[in-house]
Amino acid sequence: MDLILQNFDLLLFAVLFITGYVAGRWNERRHYASIRKREDEFAGILVFTNRFPPPSTTRVATVLVSGSAVISEDFFKGVVAGLYSFFGGRIRSYESLLDRARREAVLRMKEQARAQGAGMIINVKFQTFAIGGRRASSVKGVEMLAYGTALSPVGA
Amino acid sequence: MLLSNLELVPGRRVVKHLGLVQGSTVRAKHVGKDLFAGLKNIIGGELKAYTELLKESREEAVERMVKQAESAGANAVLNIRFATSSITQGAAEILAYGTAVTLE
Repeated sequence: MDLILQNFDLLLFAVLFITGYVAGRWNERRHYASIRKREDEFAGILVFTNRFPPPSTTRVATVLVSGSAVISEDFFKGVVAGLYSFFGGRIRSYESLLDRARREAVLRMKEQARAQGAGMIINVKFQTFAIGGRRASSVKGVEMLAYGTALSPVGA
Repeated sequence: MLLSNLELVPGRRVVKHLGLVQGSTVRAKHVGKDLFAGLKNIIGGELKAYTELLKESREEAVERMVKQAESAGANAVLNIRFATSSITQGAAEILAYGTAVTLE
Protein backbone atom coordinates (compact mmCIF):
# COMPACT_ATOMS: atom_id res chain seq x y z
CA MET A 1 0.00 0.00 0.00
CA ASP A 2 2.79 2.36 0.99
CA LEU A 3 4.63 1.52 -2.18
CA ILE A 4 1.56 2.44 -4.26
CA LEU A 5 1.14 5.74 -2.44
CA GLN A 6 4.81 6.60 -2.78
CA ASN A 7 4.79 5.93 -6.50
CA PHE A 8 1.37 7.42 -7.15
CA ASP A 9 2.70 9.92 -9.70
CA LEU A 10 4.44 7.24 -11.66
CA LEU A 11 1.45 4.94 -11.52
CA LEU A 12 -0.91 7.68 -12.69
CA PHE A 13 1.45 8.47 -15.54
CA ALA A 14 1.56 4.82 -16.57
CA VAL A 15 -2.22 4.50 -16.48
CA LEU A 16 -2.71 7.68 -18.53
CA PHE A 17 0.02 6.64 -20.96
CA ILE A 18 -1.53 3.23 -21.61
CA THR A 19 -5.09 4.61 -21.71
CA GLY A 20 -3.94 7.29 -24.13
CA TYR A 21 -2.22 4.77 -26.36
CA VAL A 22 -5.10 2.30 -26.52
CA ALA A 23 -7.99 4.79 -26.70
CA GLY A 24 -6.06 7.18 -28.94
CA ARG A 25 -5.23 4.49 -31.45
CA TRP A 26 -8.80 3.23 -31.44
CA ASN A 27 -10.14 6.74 -31.95
CA GLU A 28 -7.69 7.44 -34.74
CA ARG A 29 -8.46 4.21 -36.56
CA ARG A 30 -12.20 4.88 -36.34
CA HIS A 31 -11.74 8.44 -37.54
CA TYR A 32 -9.62 7.38 -40.52
CA ALA A 33 -12.21 4.76 -41.47
CA SER A 34 -14.94 7.40 -41.45
CA ILE A 35 -12.75 9.87 -43.38
CA ARG A 36 -12.00 7.32 -46.11
CA LYS A 37 -15.63 6.39 -46.44
CA ARG A 38 -16.76 10.00 -46.79
CA GLU A 39 -13.91 10.87 -49.14
CA ASP A 40 -15.23 8.25 -51.54
CA GLU A 41 -18.73 9.60 -51.10
CA PHE A 42 -17.67 13.19 -51.87
CA ALA A 43 -15.21 12.33 -54.63
CA GLY A 44 -17.55 13.96 -57.17
CA ILE A 45 -16.91 17.42 -55.77
CA LEU A 46 -13.66 18.78 -57.17
CA VAL A 47 -11.40 20.97 -55.08
CA PHE A 48 -8.88 23.38 -56.61
CA THR A 49 -6.51 26.00 -55.27
CA ASN A 50 -6.77 27.94 -58.53
CA ARG A 51 -7.75 31.57 -58.11
CA PHE A 52 -9.95 31.63 -61.19
CA PRO A 53 -12.56 29.21 -62.48
CA PRO A 54 -11.56 27.03 -65.45
CA PRO A 55 -12.01 28.86 -68.79
CA SER A 56 -14.70 26.42 -69.89
CA THR A 57 -16.94 27.50 -67.03
CA THR A 58 -20.28 28.85 -68.14
CA ARG A 59 -22.62 30.85 -65.91
CA VAL A 60 -22.13 29.96 -62.27
CA ALA A 61 -23.27 31.13 -58.87
CA THR A 62 -20.53 31.61 -56.27
CA VAL A 63 -20.90 30.84 -52.58
CA LEU A 64 -18.31 31.01 -49.84
CA VAL A 65 -18.03 27.62 -48.17
CA SER A 66 -15.92 26.57 -45.20
CA GLY A 67 -15.32 23.61 -42.97
CA SER A 68 -13.42 23.27 -39.73
CA ALA A 69 -12.54 20.70 -37.12
CA VAL A 70 -10.75 20.79 -33.78
CA ILE A 71 -8.92 17.55 -33.09
CA SER A 72 -7.44 16.84 -29.70
CA GLU A 73 -4.19 15.04 -29.11
CA ASP A 74 -4.15 12.11 -26.71
CA PHE A 75 -1.86 11.61 -23.74
CA PHE A 76 0.40 9.20 -25.60
CA LYS A 77 0.87 11.55 -28.56
CA GLY A 78 1.65 14.38 -26.18
CA VAL A 79 4.39 12.45 -24.40
CA VAL A 80 5.92 11.20 -27.65
CA ALA A 81 5.87 14.71 -29.10
CA GLY A 82 7.49 16.05 -25.94
CA LEU A 83 10.35 13.58 -26.35
CA TYR A 84 10.79 14.36 -30.03
CA SER A 85 10.80 18.10 -29.48
CA PHE A 86 13.75 17.48 -27.17
CA PHE A 87 15.76 15.25 -29.51
CA GLY A 88 14.47 16.62 -32.80
CA GLY A 89 13.12 14.72 -35.76
CA ARG A 90 9.78 13.94 -37.30
CA ILE A 91 6.88 13.88 -34.87
CA ARG A 92 4.79 11.26 -36.58
CA SER A 93 2.17 11.25 -33.85
CA TYR A 94 1.32 14.87 -34.71
CA GLU A 95 1.52 14.38 -38.46
CA SER A 96 -1.45 12.04 -38.35
CA LEU A 97 -3.31 14.44 -36.05
CA LEU A 98 -2.96 17.34 -38.50
CA ASP A 99 -3.73 15.08 -41.44
CA ARG A 100 -6.98 14.00 -39.81
CA ALA A 101 -7.98 17.55 -38.99
CA ARG A 102 -7.25 18.80 -42.51
CA ARG A 103 -9.10 16.00 -44.25
CA GLU A 104 -12.05 16.39 -41.90
CA ALA A 105 -12.16 20.14 -42.60
CA VAL A 106 -12.12 19.54 -46.37
CA LEU A 107 -14.92 17.00 -46.03
CA ARG A 108 -17.08 19.43 -44.08
CA MET A 109 -16.42 22.11 -46.67
CA LYS A 110 -17.48 19.67 -49.39
CA GLU A 111 -20.63 18.87 -47.44
CA GLN A 112 -21.55 22.56 -47.50
CA ALA A 113 -20.80 22.73 -51.21
CA ARG A 114 -23.03 19.76 -51.92
CA ALA A 115 -25.86 21.39 -49.99
CA GLN A 116 -25.51 24.33 -52.42
CA GLY A 117 -25.59 21.99 -55.38
CA ALA A 118 -22.03 22.86 -56.31
CA GLY A 119 -19.72 20.51 -58.17
CA MET A 120 -16.50 22.43 -57.70
CA ILE A 121 -14.70 24.48 -55.07
CA ILE A 122 -11.94 26.86 -56.15
CA ASN A 123 -9.41 29.11 -54.41
CA VAL A 124 -9.23 26.83 -51.40
CA LYS A 125 -7.16 28.09 -48.49
CA PHE A 126 -6.12 26.37 -45.30
CA GLN A 127 -5.52 27.83 -41.90
CA THR A 128 -4.13 26.08 -38.83
CA PHE A 129 -4.64 27.28 -35.32
CA ALA A 130 -3.10 25.62 -32.27
CA ILE A 131 -5.34 25.62 -29.23
CA GLY A 132 -3.79 25.59 -25.79
CA GLY A 133 -0.22 26.67 -26.22
CA ARG A 134 2.74 25.76 -24.14
CA ARG A 135 1.32 25.62 -20.66
CA ALA A 136 1.12 22.02 -19.42
CA SER A 137 -2.33 22.40 -17.84
CA SER A 138 -4.01 23.74 -20.93
CA VAL A 139 -6.13 21.77 -23.34
CA LYS A 140 -4.20 20.88 -26.47
CA GLY A 141 -5.64 20.51 -29.89
CA VAL A 142 -5.43 21.86 -33.36
CA GLU A 143 -8.08 23.65 -35.39
CA MET A 144 -7.97 23.29 -39.13
CA LEU A 145 -10.03 25.59 -41.30
CA ALA A 146 -10.58 25.10 -45.01
CA TYR A 147 -12.45 27.64 -47.08
CA GLY A 148 -13.07 28.38 -50.70
CA THR A 149 -15.62 29.42 -53.25
CA ALA A 150 -18.16 26.87 -54.41
CA LEU A 151 -19.31 27.15 -58.01
CA SER A 152 -22.76 25.89 -58.84
CA PRO A 153 -24.27 26.02 -62.32
CA VAL A 154 -27.01 28.61 -62.65
CA GLY A 155 -30.44 27.34 -63.58
CA ALA A 156 -29.58 23.73 -62.82
CA MET B 1 -24.73 40.39 -50.01
CA LEU B 2 -22.45 38.19 -52.07
CA LEU B 3 -19.48 36.78 -50.18
CA SER B 4 -16.54 35.18 -51.92
CA ASN B 5 -12.85 34.62 -51.53
CA LEU B 6 -12.34 35.12 -55.26
CA GLU B 7 -10.89 38.37 -56.54
CA LEU B 8 -13.45 38.57 -59.33
CA VAL B 9 -16.91 37.15 -59.64
CA PRO B 10 -17.26 35.23 -62.88
CA GLY B 11 -19.65 36.97 -65.26
CA ARG B 12 -20.10 40.13 -63.19
CA ARG B 13 -18.29 43.44 -63.35
CA VAL B 14 -17.09 45.45 -60.36
CA VAL B 15 -18.42 48.98 -60.79
CA LYS B 16 -17.24 50.50 -57.54
CA HIS B 17 -14.44 49.67 -55.15
CA LEU B 18 -15.27 50.59 -51.55
CA GLY B 19 -12.16 49.49 -49.72
CA LEU B 20 -11.32 47.17 -46.87
CA VAL B 21 -13.99 45.89 -44.52
CA GLN B 22 -13.39 43.73 -41.50
CA GLY B 23 -15.12 42.09 -38.59
CA SER B 24 -13.63 40.43 -35.55
CA THR B 25 -14.60 38.84 -32.28
CA VAL B 26 -12.67 37.75 -29.20
CA ARG B 27 -14.04 34.69 -27.49
CA ALA B 28 -13.13 32.72 -24.42
CA LYS B 29 -14.21 29.19 -23.64
CA HIS B 30 -15.93 28.43 -20.38
CA VAL B 31 -14.63 26.18 -17.66
CA GLY B 32 -17.16 23.39 -18.16
CA LYS B 33 -16.08 22.91 -21.74
CA ASP B 34 -12.48 22.88 -20.62
CA LEU B 35 -13.04 20.11 -18.10
CA PHE B 36 -14.55 17.83 -20.70
CA ALA B 37 -11.87 18.79 -23.19
CA GLY B 38 -9.27 17.91 -20.55
CA LEU B 39 -10.63 14.37 -20.51
CA LYS B 40 -10.61 14.27 -24.30
CA ASN B 41 -6.97 15.28 -24.17
CA ILE B 42 -6.18 11.88 -22.66
CA ILE B 43 -8.05 9.69 -25.13
CA GLY B 44 -7.93 11.90 -28.22
CA GLY B 45 -10.68 12.64 -30.72
CA GLU B 46 -12.57 15.67 -31.86
CA LEU B 47 -13.25 18.53 -29.45
CA LYS B 48 -16.75 19.24 -30.73
CA ALA B 49 -17.40 22.06 -28.27
CA TYR B 50 -14.32 23.87 -29.56
CA THR B 51 -15.22 23.26 -33.18
CA GLU B 52 -18.65 24.78 -32.54
CA LEU B 53 -17.23 27.70 -30.56
CA LEU B 54 -14.76 28.68 -33.27
CA LYS B 55 -17.36 28.19 -35.98
CA GLU B 56 -19.84 30.45 -34.19
CA SER B 57 -17.17 33.07 -33.63
CA ARG B 58 -16.24 32.99 -37.29
CA GLU B 59 -19.87 33.44 -38.26
CA GLU B 60 -20.09 36.42 -35.94
CA ALA B 61 -16.93 37.95 -37.41
CA VAL B 62 -18.36 37.54 -40.91
CA GLU B 63 -21.65 39.09 -39.76
CA ARG B 64 -19.82 42.15 -38.47
CA MET B 65 -17.85 42.43 -41.67
CA VAL B 66 -21.07 42.24 -43.69
CA LYS B 67 -22.60 45.00 -41.55
CA GLN B 68 -19.62 47.22 -42.30
CA ALA B 69 -19.93 46.47 -45.99
CA GLU B 70 -23.65 47.25 -45.93
CA SER B 71 -23.07 50.61 -44.31
CA ALA B 72 -20.55 51.39 -47.05
CA GLY B 73 -23.24 50.65 -49.63
CA ALA B 74 -21.64 47.50 -51.04
CA ASN B 75 -23.48 44.52 -52.43
CA ALA B 76 -20.54 42.11 -52.29
CA VAL B 77 -17.39 41.38 -50.32
CA LEU B 78 -14.61 39.82 -52.35
CA ASN B 79 -11.23 38.28 -51.58
CA ILE B 80 -12.30 37.30 -48.06
CA ARG B 81 -9.60 35.99 -45.72
CA PHE B 82 -9.75 34.57 -42.21
CA ALA B 83 -7.20 34.86 -39.43
CA THR B 84 -7.13 33.43 -35.92
CA SER B 85 -4.76 34.34 -33.13
CA SER B 86 -4.63 33.50 -29.45
CA ILE B 87 -4.71 36.57 -27.25
CA THR B 88 -4.21 35.04 -23.81
CA GLN B 89 -4.56 31.57 -22.38
CA GLY B 90 -8.03 30.40 -23.38
CA ALA B 91 -9.07 33.35 -25.53
CA ALA B 92 -8.85 33.72 -29.27
CA GLU B 93 -9.50 36.47 -31.75
CA ILE B 94 -11.16 35.58 -35.01
CA LEU B 95 -10.86 38.06 -37.83
CA ALA B 96 -12.56 38.13 -41.21
CA TYR B 97 -11.59 40.72 -43.80
CA GLY B 98 -12.18 41.46 -47.41
CA THR B 99 -12.81 44.10 -50.04
CA ALA B 100 -16.23 45.69 -50.27
CA VAL B 101 -17.39 46.30 -53.83
CA THR B 102 -20.48 47.14 -55.82
CA LEU B 103 -21.24 44.67 -58.57
CA GLU B 104 -23.40 45.59 -61.52
